[in-house]
Amino acid sequence: MKRILCNTAALVTGAVMLAVPALAAPVAEAAAEAAPAVAEAAPAVFTPTAEMVNKGDVAWMMVSTALVLMMSVPALALFYGGLVRAKNMLSVLMQVLTIVCVAALVWFGWGYSLAFTSTNSLVDPLFIGGLDKAFLAGVNPGTFAATFSNGVYLPELVFVMFQMTFACITPALIVGAFAERIKFTSLIVFVVAWLTLAYFPIAHMVWYWAGPDFLPTAPDDYGLLWGWGALDFAGGTVVHINAGIAGLIGCLIVGPRLGYKTEPMPPHSLVMTMIGASLLWIGWFGFNAGSALESNAFAALAFVNTFVATAAAGAAWAMIEQIAHKKPSLLGAASGVVAGLVAITPAAGFAHPGTAIILGAVASAICYVFVTTVKNKLGYDDSLDVFGIHAVGGIVGAIGTGIVADPALGGQGWIDYTGAVAVAGEYDMVGQIITQCWAVGVTIAWTGVVSAVLFLALRYTMGLRPDAEAELGGLDISEHGERAYN
Amino acid sequence: MKFIIAIIKPFKLDSVREALSGIGIAGMTVTEVKGFGRQKGQTEIYRGAEYSTNMLPKVKLEIAASDDIAAQVVETIQATANTGAIGDGKIFVLDLASATRIRTGESGETAL
Repeated sequence: MKRILCNTAALVTGAVMLAVPALAAPVAEAAAEAAPAVAEAAPAVFTPTAEMVNKGDVAWMMVSTALVLMMSVPALALFYGGLVRAKNMLSVLMQVLTIVCVAALVWFGWGYSLAFTSTNSLVDPLFIGGLDKAFLAGVNPGTFAATFSNGVYLPELVFVMFQMTFACITPALIVGAFAERIKFTSLIVFVVAWLTLAYFPIAHMVWYWAGPDFLPTAPDDYGLLWGWGALDFAGGTVVHINAGIAGLIGCLIVGPRLGYKTEPMPPHSLVMTMIGASLLWIGWFGFNAGSALESNAFAALAFVNTFVATAAAGAAWAMIEQIAHKKPSLLGAASGVVAGLVAITPAAGFAHPGTAIILGAVASAICYVFVTTVKNKLGYDDSLDVFGIHAVGGIVGAIGTGIVADPALGGQGWIDYTGAVAVAGEYDMVGQIITQCWAVGVTIAWTGVVSAVLFLALRYTMGLRPDAEAELGGLDISEHGERAYN
Repeated sequence: MKFIIAIIKPFKLDSVREALSGIGIAGMTVTEVKGFGRQKGQTEIYRGAEYSTNMLPKVKLEIAASDDIAAQVVETIQATANTGAIGDGKIFVLDLASATRIRTGESGETAL
């Protein structure tokens, strides 16, 4: 681990497992450069300055932000849209587009503040932040956000935007679970409430921490799962397990489509699904490599892992179909690609490309079983397999991260930020896997309860489904008054 | 006059049309249709959900021909659309009571 003692090295989303104050004592380089005017006796108060911003990082992060937006619109919208019947095409496109718009506004309003502050917490700063930065109060071109390196900062506005795109895509992922049968207005109400009660707290618990230059003087300033040492590079828990479980709960409470299992419901355009899956893959480079928050070798590691794990997963699904049905399908390969992207998300910056390939292929095989067999056995109508791919792939990836991050397997390990200069922590694979399981469990429990309460409340108030006639005629006409194809 | 209806495999349409032009057939109506017969349908599998389609796509030709050429039309279609496999289709021949060209009002065989 060459980067252990280099204070400008980019350090991946590691964990502060043991906040041992003694570690912080011997070294004070970073503090010294930051606060020249402060008296020597008092601990220096670190102040990021514009000189700590690298234009290369800023450029990369703004490109990544746009790439992640592309994952929602048009990629996810087309991927999902192609999978539904023609009469519901526009409803899916409209749901995704509107969710992106609404989530962006909610993020501006209170999302960023709840997820990425710890002062004046509404409940407890381990679980959620406060409203000090609501409506981006106090965020301006002169404020900065931490990266994973000592003394390297991003303009806070860049970080706000990058994270905003994650808040946009996560609720949009959920709609696939109950596509073709959801009432639009209820869905949008659900999204606002779910972001507030499930996404922002979980993002805070997993991703919030004071930053490498602040943690030594504020050793408790992090979210719950971060503090436990859970590794989640780009959002396996926050985005995929979170959305996948919400989707499962949603499809159970909404109920199956009319005619499910009795009439054919083939995808209306796998061409669009192919375009969507391909754009998702491209956008995911922003999602995963961008999550390094810097334009450096760890972004490159996440980039290559996002490439090869996905390739392995797509090929694996096609090979399984070749063996099982003698016909490898496009939808299968595209599903494998998405499963691989989901699985590598938490591990992107930790795994060696060789173990990333194994992780992608294993996740693809497990998702295949869930999508083709488990769903049919249990009979729930997760229309577009949000649970089968995002939750299952996310869980495989989150737990697998505990394995592939092990430096003994070529992984990057975890980073101890409690000192003035971050150093690599000692890696314990079994302990890390247990921590990963706890993080998965907390995410499932939290989002499961919140989603169930919200869906049930909406079911008995606004209602979740259009009436049978509207559903049979298609949501395009009944909910939106237009047709996709004329 | 005879009215000939032929149901053929879609990919045979071009060769049948050319062969019929070769024996002097100047026009026909072509419709994309679905149907079933002895040929089994296909199975489609989408992420493990299997749908068997028992309606297969075919092309329907409608041709009005004079009595002297009708038999040759049937032979030509039969020979050209034949692949030897189940599902090649059928040819039906009906008596045609009258034919009228809308532009001129001509009727009978001159209208064909």
